Amino acid sequence: MPRLEDHPIVQREWDNPFRFTYAGSPVTAFPGDMISSALFAVGIRVFGHHPKDGAPQGLFCANGQCAQCLVIADGKPVKACMTEARPGMIVEPVDGLPTLPARDSADRMRDVETRHVPVLILGGGPAGLSAAIELGSRGVDVLLVDDKERLGGKLVLQTHRFFGSTEAVYAGTRGIDIGERLARDVRALSNVEVWLGSTALAVFGDGAVGVLRRGQYTLVRPEVLLVATGAREKSLVFSGNTLPGVYGAGAFQTLVNRDLVKAADRLFIVGGGNVGLIAGYHALQAGIDVVGLVEALPECGGYKVHKDKLARMGVPIHTSHTILSANGREAVESVTIARVGERFRPVPGSERSFACDTVLIAVGLDPVDEFLRSAREIGLPAYAAGDAEEIAEASAAIFAGKIRGLEIARALGRAADEVPDAWRAMGEILKSKPGATCGESADDAGDGVVPIFHCTQEIPCNPCTSVCPQDLIHIDEVDIRGLPTFHGGEGGKACIGCDRCVSVCPGLAITLVDYRKDRETPTVTLPMEFGLARPAIGGEVVVLDTEGAEVATARVEAVRPSDRTLLVRVRLPRAIAQRAAGLRVQAPWVGAPLPEAVEPLPDEAIVCRCERVTAGEIRALIERGIRDINELKIVSRAGMGACGGKTCTALIARLFREAGISPREITEGVRRPLFVEVPLGVFAGVEEAKP
Amino acid sequence: MTPRAYDAIVLGAGSVGVPTAWAMARSGLSVLVLDPFASPGQGSNKTAIGGIRATHSDPAKIRLCLRSLEIATTWREAHGDDIEWTTGGYSFVAYAPREEKLLKDLLVTQKRYGLEIDWHDADALRARIPSLRREGLLGGTFAPGDGHCSPLLFGHAMYRQARSAGAEFRFGEPVTAIEVAGGRIRGVATDKDSYAAPLVVNAAGAWARDVGALVGEDHPVRPDSHEGGITEPVAHFLDPMVVDIRPAPGSANYYFFQLATGQIVFCITPSPNIWGFDRRETSAFLPMVAKRMVDLMPVLANLRVRRTWRGLYPMTPDGSPLVGWSRATRGYFAAVGMCGQGFMLGPGLGELIDRVVRGAPTSGDDEILELLSPYRAFAGQEALK
Repeated sequence: MPRLEDHPIVQREWDNPFRFTYAGSPVTAFPGDMISSALFAVGIRVFGHHPKDGAPQGLFCANGQCAQCLVIADGKPVKACMTEARPGMIVEPVDGLPTLPARDSADRMRDVETRHVPVLILGGGPAGLSAAIELGSRGVDVLLVDDKERLGGKLVLQTHRFFGSTEAVYAGTRGIDIGERLARDVRALSNVEVWLGSTALAVFGDGAVGVLRRGQYTLVRPEVLLVATGAREKSLVFSGNTLPGVYGAGAFQTLVNRDLVKAADRLFIVGGGNVGLIAGYHALQAGIDVVGLVEALPECGGYKVHKDKLARMGVPIHTSHTILSANGREAVESVTIARVGERFRPVPGSERSFACDTVLIAVGLDPVDEFLRSAREIGLPAYAAGDAEEIAEASAAIFAGKIRGLEIARALGRAADEVPDAWRAMGEILKSKPGATCGESADDAGDGVVPIFHCTQEIPCNPCTSVCPQDLIHIDEVDIRGLPTFHGGEGGKACIGCDRCVSVCPGLAITLVDYRKDRETPTVTLPMEFGLARPAIGGEVVVLDTEGAEVATARVEAVRPSDRTLLVRVRLPRAIAQRAAGLRVQAPWVGAPLPEAVEPLPDEAIVCRCERVTAGEIRALIERGIRDINELKIVSRAGMGACGGKTCTALIARLFREAGISPREITEGVRRPLFVEVPLGVFAGVEEAKP
Repeated sequence: MTPRAYDAIVLGAGSVGVPTAWAMARSGLSVLVLDPFASPGQGSNKTAIGGIRATHSDPAKIRLCLRSLEIATTWREAHGDDIEWTTGGYSFVAYAPREEKLLKDLLVTQKRYGLEIDWHDADALRARIPSLRREGLLGGTFAPGDGHCSPLLFGHAMYRQARSAGAEFRFGEPVTAIEVAGGRIRGVATDKDSYAAPLVVNAAGAWARDVGALVGEDHPVRPDSHEGGITEPVAHFLDPMVVDIRPAPGSANYYFFQLATGQIVFCITPSPNIWGFDRRETSAFLPMVAKRMVDLMPVLANLRVRRTWRGLYPMTPDGSPLVGWSRATRGYFAAVGMCGQGFMLGPGLGELIDRVVRGAPTSGDDEILELLSPYRAFAGQEALK
């Protein structure tokens, strides 16, 4: 699978390629590549086979959370997604249990260092960075740790323009650019120390937080802890759910938008929330066919503008459908879906299969809250912001971090001011779910220039109001969830056709109809963020309406880039000019089903990926009367594997719910440190000879 | 309403309570087991690391553990399910003359009680444990009959056997009162119900002192907390349980072994003791134990730790359990103060308790009861903890 050297939004250096070996064969990588990305880039998706049942193993979270991508690098077991490839590295797949590399003598061992800090922030994403800025600018010393090599958290994966408030959270700017901006602000603060490549391992009973920093272990003792660790992706139970090629939307975005690997050819998405919808859009930007998207509910849960955007590009969205199975022996070859009837049960006979090599699971997020819970249990003053506290959009996390920062500064006696009510109100608005949807309004006066808002659902978003040089676009300033309205002619001002609202709209939901030259065939300006399918002037494009229905075929009159958004101008008859909302990107046949539905392999859905425990085994134990998760672990080993129950805990809870067991009857499992597995030599302070 | 009546009530569904109830149920007694936790083994049993050895210095422990070993070793043949038993042996290693002398002296007692155990010089020991650091190694004892199993599976397997033999278990029911009339046990009340029985066995582990207080007994048992951990699984490279009894700052000794499923389980004995019920993981444990383990066995440096936990050792003044009838209250039997060895003593002890309460102790049992009498004078400490 090739590298994305001409991604429309993201660029990367392609200098100094080097080689390492995988299973004896050379693999080319670029500086900064994780082992997993380099392997994906040459089409290797199976990294080994599970010791219990020989099931193929590969990438799953791409985020250092699970342990599915284990490989042996220079003799040592490591996570391929978190280990940078190095020239000459010898990487081997893991088939069965790994053998420890021989080692005869103990090197010198140093003592573990202890650091005292006023504030420790776990996570350098939108929430952690904002909090660090708020605290740092008030003179509070902060240590911020993040397990990646770059600040920004998941912002570094977000190539699209952000929703929210322009004033409060940089809405209208691309997520990657917001991440850069926050990171720059943090670096400018001398009292904020940043540790990259540093993973928090545990909040111990004595109040110390163990941090693994580039292979060296440190105990940090904070006065206040801020947990801004974000979220982990929920998983789903279906046949074939652990086949290589089935993974979380975040994992996919990491491969495609961070590492610029074309990680799939044909993608299928499960889940119609914002994460799934945006992942689909990102796939199209990377030139990956999106075969379809299933959503169990009758409507997608994400923003309508995201859904419309995807639909307009030609992606079939199957609402009221569910995934039955991912099919294939060593990796995904197809997916089988079915319509859901009552109580979300699949309707027999409605099964359809689609050829694809990748299935993205985007069925929601769970807070990464174990550090918060541990801290609260031992009475360490602890706060949470962003997804670690409550799952919401990144814009909400930016603002929550700011509020939490001020709260902590106050708690430490370093700030006198209360959190303003307006902040709290904005914080709530940014977290709000989509509101009412109304029909599109038409204004067919046939005069001048008119922006058309294909934005019909109340969401917290206002960039369009801030860019209009004539101040003709209005949204309620206090509650930015209202729909935009155009006030052409007010105060004698008229739209000058500057296109700024068209290019800034995160939903690509504003078009501009210009009647000035030709009332009967006005020009329509449509936004587009694709380099790969860049329309040529004079070329033919298929114009679609908001929902993706074909409106017309037109010739491109002009293409103008505006910060990586292309503004495409076409001429359309007056009767349909205002309906035009976008241009087709993907051919209709991409989403066609296979002639016959593929029967799932007789492989039971896996609940615990690490220990390969099936849903059937768990259901039988529930049936036998087990209600204590700790006992369930003892008997089945579910949750006792490498990831520490990160994926299966929520799935097990769901199986209990399905069996009609009230949560009150269930005893929660004990969570133990560590967050990730760490070699004994690191705790021992072994001073390895540097390579 | 008359409370439900049983022949015996066992307080605690842990390392001692479960095998005791199982043995009694097999003998035809009607048994009720009450436990405040939500499922079996949730007190300290599940925190055991899984080793079973007869290589003790105390003859009572040697006898009880020989029987426990027999039960564990034959489990699969007897019951069909797998507790992952491995007869890998136990090795106490010596890197200094103090340990060499101590271990060699003990061999005399151990052999007297029929233990198969021998001294290996450094090279012989390295032949059994090739990854052991050679530098400074003087040798060590090796007892081939000892071994280890999955502590989680063994505890639960006995629980299932106990249930199918007819023992009744009630979880989430802390005992609130033990009914006594005329100097005799009458039954037990919990926060939910009350149950009648002429016999109560206190097998409440770390919580035994509180339970004993309900009948006015003051068992000198107080918990001290030990920390343990487990690694990722790797290909088999280690047979025996390795015990290093050299004291070092923070720990009196430490030990580790490789489970049949490939993980290394490790544990320390803290020094000084950490008294109390606190079971939250400490930040000091991993750096301390890792240094000691990597120093002893350099190959472990690249082995990744998966998780850690703490478990409670119900300690007695002399390091040996308190087992026997109360002289004050008829029908009250104490099986407390296992000092962290309940997991390995339990299976043998459960059968002994069953014989004793049915009035059929063997002469060996009498000898053990004398040694472990709750009324003994506490003098000294056992040599090999």
